[in-house]
Amino acid sequence: MTAHPFEFRTRLTLTKATRLVAGDLAELVHHLRAVPLSVVFHHTHHFLVQHQELSPEPPNDFAHWVTAALQEDHLGERLAAVDTIRFANLTLLRQRLVEILEAHLEAEHRLRAAPAGEEFHFKDAVSVVLPTGHSATTLAEFRQALGAVGAPSIAYHLFEARLRIGGEDNDFSRWIEREMGLREVAVAIRALDPYTHTLEGLRRVLLGLLPLR
Amino acid sequence: MTALDAYVPFVGQTTIDELRALGDRLRGRVIQHVNSTAVGGGVAEILHRLVPLTRELGLDTRWDVVRGGEAFFALTKRLHNGLHGGPGTFGEGDHAVFRETTDENLALLELGDDVVFIHDPQPLGLIEGLRHPSRSVWRCHIDVSAPDPQAWEFIRPWVERFGAAIFSAPQFARDLRMDQFLVAPSIDPLSDKNRDLEPEVVRETAIRYGLDPSRPIVTQISRFDRLKDPLGVIEAFRSVRRYNDCQLLLAGGGANDDPEGHQVLAECRERAAGDPDIHVLELPPTANLEINALQRASTVIVQKSLREGFGLTVTEALWKGKPVIATATGGIPLQIAHKYSGILTHSVEGTAYWLKQLLNAPDYARWLATNGREHVRHNFLLIRHLREYLLLVVALDHPGETLIRLG
Repeated sequence: MTAHPFEFRTRLTLTKATRLVAGDLAELVHHLRAVPLSVVFHHTHHFLVQHQELSPEPPNDFAHWVTAALQEDHLGERLAAVDTIRFANLTLLRQRLVEILEAHLEAEHRLRAAPAGEEFHFKDAVSVVLPTGHSATTLAEFRQALGAVGAPSIAYHLFEARLRIGGEDNDFSRWIEREMGLREVAVAIRALDPYTHTLEGLRRVLLGLLPLR
Repeated sequence: MTALDAYVPFVGQTTIDELRALGDRLRGRVIQHVNSTAVGGGVAEILHRLVPLTRELGLDTRWDVVRGGEAFFALTKRLHNGLHGGPGTFGEGDHAVFRETTDENLALLELGDDVVFIHDPQPLGLIEGLRHPSRSVWRCHIDVSAPDPQAWEFIRPWVERFGAAIFSAPQFARDLRMDQFLVAPSIDPLSDKNRDLEPEVVRETAIRYGLDPSRPIVTQISRFDRLKDPLGVIEAFRSVRRYNDCQLLLAGGGANDDPEGHQVLAECRERAAGDPDIHVLELPPTANLEINALQRASTVIVQKSLREGFGLTVTEALWKGKPVIATATGGIPLQIAHKYSGILTHSVEGTAYWLKQLLNAPDYARWLATNGREHVRHNFLLIRHLREYLLLVVALDHPGETLIRLG
């Protein structure tokens, strides 16, 4: 038992319009360079919660739009393959996405336009974080709570806490290492690529990594 | 069991728990909704459900309706059409009618001093009587992506005084100074139009309307309106039927009080004449259970609109666990991720091509349908709608913040 319980929080999201619209790749990269980082986070992460039923889910909105609306399959594949987990913060993630788009624009001068009605609308989001009422002081309690909280709570502790709160680590690994002394488990969670699972799939993987004691 | 508990089977206990936790943070706050009708129409339908659920969460929630004479509602009907993009001319007399009715309602209504949601253009003038305009929200249910300039200029001075606006889709947002939030409409899984039905009821309804439940049924449920392109659906169906045994059902209302609807219905009947596999049904607006059953009896559901608002018929079809082929217009791309949770098309030929694919690949069609239903479960049910209204109250308390921690 630890004196520092793990408090499971959840994140509820309300979407905001930015009124920035891209009809082709030049407009996409132009806006992507300038939008607030909360917009970058929204478009690289909301699919995980909004389309939590899909396996494999589309990786990020940019890749999905480039493939589905512009029919640029090669570029879509490159954007989909961006290894989000490798980036310590959203500035670096944005930089990588912009690099890929700029490299494509340099090599390919003919711009395809999205069909009418399928333009890319940049959106921002207000995230409201609140306690779920679940907390843990032991590994057994942690297991139980992890099995009970909603999928957005798992997303919050794995993605938002690392990329937006600035901890550079996910909340689960940090607590399991510091409070439970289970370095190997913490490392195994860090080594996961959580972007290749649905949230329910992630819950199962995480529960599988936790020792039964 | 409370009213909120009845939604647990659809959205899960944790979603309801999260909603209650959010409600606890807002307990005692006063929310007021104002619209223009207590019965009929999608807004009233939603408020009838939302208001008691918001109260159950501990917020003091009121719902008021503005009153007006014939001239006022004739004007707001023209405004509504103009905001949708129809041509409109608005003169001094129109402004005087709007002003006069607004003044009468300001005298009649007791306006709250906390958060006030004003729905659509009719009650916009009430902004003048609000003590805290920064906590007032204009909830626009209309597609204002390409309004008639005169109609937009008519309402813009009122709209700009609100603290925030809500639109149903990003393309509806306007050039306004305030925050513009995006809240999609929703369907209620407990309503007659969407609740689960016994398979026998579904089968009997299909037979009653002349369909053969043992053969594939392709359906479009929509008003008989050129913008829903029912003739395009017939054309797509005919090109598919050369290779696949199937029936077509076009069902909807809108022909009674709309001369053009009457004509479109007549054209559909003429085009279908002599073909026993094309069923054109005119249904009354109250036929919610019948529509529910016919959607559930379908093999594939089509929504081949040329222009669409949000497209709640698509939401309803996805919720019934049916594979959906729909045009990429209005709010439909928000509901369907192409080839993941349904099919987006742009033409009669594309609709026909995908119809054949889905009729011939039932496993893929089932996978799409399962994803589509889950997408609606997570994003377009009433509970999500309620949660976003509460989140908006939090957002109004924290202007400019994108990450808000409550405890």
